[in-house]
Amino acid sequence: MIAETASKTLSFPQAIAATLSQEMARDPDVFVMGEDVAHFGGMFRCTEGLLEQFGESRVIDTPISESGFIGMALGAALVGKRPVVELMFVDFSLVAADQILNQIAKTRYMSGGRVGVPLVIRTQGGGYKGAAAQHSQMLEALYVHIPGLRVVCPSDPRTAQGLLASAVRCPDPVLFIEHKQLYGTSGEVPERELLLDLGKAEVVKQGTDVTLISYSYTLTLALQAAENLQKEGKSVEVIDLRSLNPLDFDTLAESIRKTHRVVIAHEAHGRCGVGADLACQIQERLFDDLDGPVLRVCGADVPVPFAKVLEDEALPSAEKIEQTLRKVLGV
Amino acid sequence: MVATIHASQQTSNLKLQLSLMLLLRSFEKELTALSQSGKLRGSLHLATGQEACPVGFCAALDPQDTMTVTYRGHGYAIAKGVDFKLIIAEILGKQEGLCHGRGGKMHLVDLDKGLLGANGIVGGGIGTAAGAALASKMDGGHRVSAAVFGDGTVNQGHSMEVFNMAGLWKLPMIFFCENNLYAEMTPLSRSTAVIDLTRKMEAFGIPSVQVDGNDVQAVEEASQEAVRRAREGHGPTFIEAMTYRTVGHYQNDPGTSYRSQKEIQSWMELDPITRLASVLKVSDKDLESMRQEAVGKVKETIEWAMALPDPKPSDLSEGIYA
Repeated sequence: MIAETASKTLSFPQAIAATLSQEMARDPDVFVMGEDVAHFGGMFRCTEGLLEQFGESRVIDTPISESGFIGMALGAALVGKRPVVELMFVDFSLVAADQILNQIAKTRYMSGGRVGVPLVIRTQGGGYKGAAAQHSQMLEALYVHIPGLRVVCPSDPRTAQGLLASAVRCPDPVLFIEHKQLYGTSGEVPERELLLDLGKAEVVKQGTDVTLISYSYTLTLALQAAENLQKEGKSVEVIDLRSLNPLDFDTLAESIRKTHRVVIAHEAHGRCGVGADLACQIQERLFDDLDGPVLRVCGADVPVPFAKVLEDEALPSAEKIEQTLRKVLGV
Repeated sequence: MVATIHASQQTSNLKLQLSLMLLLRSFEKELTALSQSGKLRGSLHLATGQEACPVGFCAALDPQDTMTVTYRGHGYAIAKGVDFKLIIAEILGKQEGLCHGRGGKMHLVDLDKGLLGANGIVGGGIGTAAGAALASKMDGGHRVSAAVFGDGTVNQGHSMEVFNMAGLWKLPMIFFCENNLYAEMTPLSRSTAVIDLTRKMEAFGIPSVQVDGNDVQAVEEASQEAVRRAREGHGPTFIEAMTYRTVGHYQNDPGTSYRSQKEIQSWMELDPITRLASVLKVSDKDLESMRQEAVGKVKETIEWAMALPDPKPSDLSEGIYA
């Protein structure tokens, strides 16, 4: 057996910063821009040290003008640059929605496939921090709904590193949504360059009784729920979706054909969410393989509330996921 | 001797500009007829009367310079060197069109010619132009970038964000504003308290100049100065070109319900084509024969494009991702 390549432990923000540094060193066309990314090192420390390494022309502090600087990233990408924009909160993406959805996402198709937009919008979302309704959302469904963007959600430092490096090298625009709960976590990452395929899901825990599909921070909760049931001898297969667009349906299908039962867990609202779309596609394409209804654990359809008891009520937990798995398994 | 050569070169350039303006005018006229006969799908936003702006402005740019324009920007695409035939084929929704029939008239784009995109959203391409200027600045600033838009765009939030950053970072770019006095159907005076747009630019630290947008020579001269400043690292310039569309906002708007005949007439007397013909002492007869030549070219191209195959429905989903 070949020994694992050397690894090290990094916090999630360190993994992001190290990857950006690696990509900027590799390709002089890669640059970073956003609010407080240069002199301050990023609100969440994800761009720390880049200014010192690469200077002000490639690590650019912007005014609070999300629409403006995201639009500028598009223009820079069209003339050969590889911009990586930091959008401090995904909630703020809505002030730049025209640039992201009408301009960036549609450029390639509107040009008949002739003009690509290689840029990355790194942003973060999610709740559990008492940040209330305008700083706690998971908005991925909005961006999956409009064709043209790749939408990626890492679930730990390793996937952050491998998916971000691939995103920077991707010829399509990538919305890279980190989760604020993950910023406080650490994990093993390889010493060497890591590239993870965009558009590939991964089975992160093998199982036989039910397929549990999740992504982003909710994957952590999903794995806890799966471990709890393991103690009772129930075998849950857990899949980290990673890429919401494009969707790796093949990996899901392979698992579902084995387990015949499905639960989908994510933090965003249920209505018209990623889970709703997956449940629909699964019944359309795998109806005969299913032994029961596809169930979802989602954020409640309310604006994310401030008070802790209300926020806890609104968002997924390991316990809620476990209860739903029990329902599907009949235990 | 040198002065004579220079003058004759200039006359020959102006003659080309006159031909180009006639081509743009004929292009709009023929496409309007096609639209009215039901053979052209979608909206047709016209710029009749404003031809000196694209022709004068693009004359000041080098081939590698970049620009974004609006849904009224086909004149700039043509003046920047985008293949006229491919534009017409695109407007007719053909596979052979500039964007393989996926974009249509409002989304013309041709990176090889520096056209970063026309746009269906008012002000939607201002940031794109500035981003290309930012990239140029990173590479030494020799390539300039231009955002071309109308007076309505100045009131878009996105534009103000970009004006601010362009002024702050002294980007090598030109904001070329065609002030035709109306944002769609609403006059500037009912859209903003300060109708002198150059004054607004003071707040962003952007020098500005107002120019007669119906005088192709004046437009080119002001544009050359702005391009020179940008290339030499002095930052952006805002050019306010005063002009007028003598037709409506789009093919189904006669443009007469919100503007007086007297006003329209007074601007028709300032027609950029007639004015340049007069400067060049082109006789009415010669002008008419130049006009016929332009009409012939447009008609011939439309005929060619109409016979081209449509895109294949089975290719519907191609070209969304790399």
